[in-house]
Amino acid sequence: MSYLKPALKHPGLPKNALGFTRRDYEGSISTLCAGCGHDSISAAIIQAVWELGIEPHRVAKVSGIGCSSKTPDYFLSSSHGFNSVHGRMPSVLTGANLANRDLIYLGVSGDGDSASIGIGQFAHLMRRGVNMSYIVENNGVYGLTKGQFSATSDKGSKAKKGAVNKDEAIDLVAMALQLGATYVGRSFSGDKAQLVPLIKGALAHQGVALIDCISPCVAFNNHEGSTKSYDYVREHNESVNKLDVILGRAPITTQYAPGEVTEVTQHDGSVLRLRKLDEGYDPTDRVAAMNYLAQHKALGEIVTGLLFVDPDASDLHAGLGTVATPLNQLGDDILVPGAAALEKLNAALR
Amino acid sequence: MRQPLSAINDFVVKFANVNGSGSASANGLFARSILRMGIPIAARNIFPSNIQGLPTWYEVRISGEGHMGRRGGVDMMVAMNPQTWDRDVAEIDAGGYLFYDSTKPMPASKFRDDITVIGVPLTELCNAAYTGARERQLFKNIIYLGALSALLSIDPAVIEQLLTEQYKGKEKLAKSNQDAFHLGRNWALTNLPPIGLKLEKSDKVGNRIYIEGNAAAGLGAVYGGATVCAWYPITPSTSLAEGFEKYAKKFRTNADGTKNYAIVQAEDELASIGIVIGAGWNGARAFTATSGPGISLMQEFVGLSYFAEVPAVIFDVQRAGPSTGMPTRTQQSDVLSAAYASHGDTKHLVLFPEDPRECFEFGASAFDIADRFQSTVFVLLDLDIGMNDWLCEPFEWDDSKRMDRGKVMTAEMLDEAREFGRYLDVDGDGVPFRTYPGTHPNKGAFFTRGTSRDRFAKYSESGAVYVDNMERLLRKFETAKQYVPHPVEKKAARTTPYGVIYYGSSSAAMQEALAALQEDGIHLDAMRVRAFPFHDDISRFIAEHDTVFIVEQNRDAQLRTLVMNECNTDPAKLVPVLHFDGTPITARFIREAIGRKAQSVEVVPLRKAAP
Repeated sequence: MSYLKPALKHPGLPKNALGFTRRDYEGSISTLCAGCGHDSISAAIIQAVWELGIEPHRVAKVSGIGCSSKTPDYFLSSSHGFNSVHGRMPSVLTGANLANRDLIYLGVSGDGDSASIGIGQFAHLMRRGVNMSYIVENNGVYGLTKGQFSATSDKGSKAKKGAVNKDEAIDLVAMALQLGATYVGRSFSGDKAQLVPLIKGALAHQGVALIDCISPCVAFNNHEGSTKSYDYVREHNESVNKLDVILGRAPITTQYAPGEVTEVTQHDGSVLRLRKLDEGYDPTDRVAAMNYLAQHKALGEIVTGLLFVDPDASDLHAGLGTVATPLNQLGDDILVPGAAALEKLNAALR
Repeated sequence: MRQPLSAINDFVVKFANVNGSGSASANGLFARSILRMGIPIAARNIFPSNIQGLPTWYEVRISGEGHMGRRGGVDMMVAMNPQTWDRDVAEIDAGGYLFYDSTKPMPASKFRDDITVIGVPLTELCNAAYTGARERQLFKNIIYLGALSALLSIDPAVIEQLLTEQYKGKEKLAKSNQDAFHLGRNWALTNLPPIGLKLEKSDKVGNRIYIEGNAAAGLGAVYGGATVCAWYPITPSTSLAEGFEKYAKKFRTNADGTKNYAIVQAEDELASIGIVIGAGWNGARAFTATSGPGISLMQEFVGLSYFAEVPAVIFDVQRAGPSTGMPTRTQQSDVLSAAYASHGDTKHLVLFPEDPRECFEFGASAFDIADRFQSTVFVLLDLDIGMNDWLCEPFEWDDSKRMDRGKVMTAEMLDEAREFGRYLDVDGDGVPFRTYPGTHPNKGAFFTRGTSRDRFAKYSESGAVYVDNMERLLRKFETAKQYVPHPVEKKAARTTPYGVIYYGSSSAAMQEALAALQEDGIHLDAMRVRAFPFHDDISRFIAEHDTVFIVEQNRDAQLRTLVMNECNTDPAKLVPVLHFDGTPITARFIREAIGRKAQSVEVVPLRKAAP
């Protein structure tokens, strides 16, 4: 059920460059369980879009089915949203993106939605490089159907009722890297300081950006023996870097030791300033990122941060060579060849 | 020995070939040369799901009268495939002709004594003239074309011209083909007596065009303003997406090379329809092309399109099912799976084009209908229309026509403070207004979902709210009855208790059968159904007759089921006439089936039509 929030705003609320307060980016009241990681992600999305100064109606939110996919109703109420079919957000979003390349596309999905039923569409969207931010709210469990393992549940992880998962987990980050995604990060819903800039960088990225965000399910996957619980993730979180996203070229004001900071300028001019937490981690080296992930997985660590970015990313429209004007704005004059052209065609068919 | 058949401009020639042997090119030349002589033809490929080696047939019906359906029967068989010899010989009508390669002697038991056998030593002629294996194979086809031109009096200048056109820029190839053609022709002129089948120049083709339905539908999509095509290859629909690509490239490429369209070959049919629905939601005209198995896969999304009210166009080029069925054979067997696609209470708009001209027309108007009713529109072609070249009336376009984008609220309209409720029935026709994403900074945004919601798109599990919405969807469907193409009615020469309903590719054979049945003394009023939901004329037509035959190309009488269900008619009145062996329906079949059934139905006086 949706509830309307009171429209009253405190006059002292801070405003972004467009004069909007954070409240302007909120949505309906969440119907998820109290303490759900997904609500923290929604809050992080609101914060990121507000900080970036994006007009809320320029965003299109698309999701599949599940707890995670309900969340687009809980942020950016001035944006159009589409809660589509289970596992099929990628295709719906691809079509939406083809129709109007000028909007900012945010896809929200879950581990069941993307790693199980939607693994095919997930893979092909990554391959095609649709210009979008793909956020997986990953809790390793089916929440709405009350606690079944999902395809991202780690092998050996325990269900609430004690069953042990025997199947290998799918790592969407590793897949995305392999399939050519151009911005890949992992985060944790409990670490807003890390998540907000990661989302900002993804929204500014001009290609396909994946954020796998571990998001504990307080109802069905937050117990002893789970590898997606708040406690487990906090204990095993290995962040490779700390990200700041800078719009325009702001000077570096903090002093860093040499080699401590890497800067990556994206196509839209946004600068990703990365403070290295792991010396020697190069987020622009895809193969190194894949190796690093595999090595640290073997150590039982959950690697988070901005794991890979290709600053020269390209997208599906570039590959197709579509016109700069959004296709949904082309009129009869451009689209319909007319009677004279048809008569010529008729003549050639005789 | 029976008297050999004798006919001018009215006979059937069937070619039996091996797939991949290059025969298609020679057979196509045969067909086109007759057209160029001003004689109408209807040509059909009967091909295997195979690239090389399996049997394939090409049937050319020459009809000075202009009958475009299959007639049934074969007057001359060009038997080039030893694999299928026995059945090919058996298929020839008594008094007909068998044309074959007589290089190798055949036992007398392999022939029939009621047909005329024409042997031409094709392999011998070919081997004497050519050395390369591929050359021998390809030119053998052109040599038989030469021999046939002599036998049937095809104007050699026409074929020479066609070869020149075909090999434009490759004069050497044109010349060698022309030589092979004359090799066969001269041999036949010297060695064969004339036969009873003859072609004479005519003027019956007029300004008609010759094109396959898939290409025509692809062109229709260009004229209909489609900008997004997402598809997955499947026989027999593939050439529809390819046709769109060809014409879009021609008509929609800007000077700087950028494209005013986007085509995505998706990973499967689910993604294809998902992309279409995403694009439709965002205000682009989008379509996919598929066949029966694809329709099965798209069911869930089609239900979303119905319930969330998102426009989409699906071209379904039907083939023989169920399951993989006969992928290269024709049927009209997706009528129910299209009309009632998806779970829950759903109904969809369906169009039934009769030939490539209507494939073009409906291919364009489907997008207006989809936008107007914010729902999926199925355009049901079949393999017979889709993949065969048909002689049909030229395409027409009215330059004053504009795309009907349906009820879309713009930023200006929102600023006028009009009330916007995404599912609000403001006009009483069941059709609500929508907004495209990104329209207005703070008005008109809504959340689209496949779950129940109120008139203002707010999530709701209230039974009353759900029922209100479902009833509005029915009102919308009712409104659509007037908007979709109306049925076409053709009255019999005299008052009759019999009616016949038919649709799609059965139309050509039906027209011919109607004339023949009239000669047999069976008069029928005829109605061609062109769309679902059914126009009220269809119920009226059924009420006006005691017996209504419904002619279809499927086993289960699917349109009849739909009529029974939607028009609430007495099933006993509706007599199915069903052809479903995968070959296109023939006039002879319809004539025989209706002739038999009409006699067996007890004729009662025509009841007065109910007030």
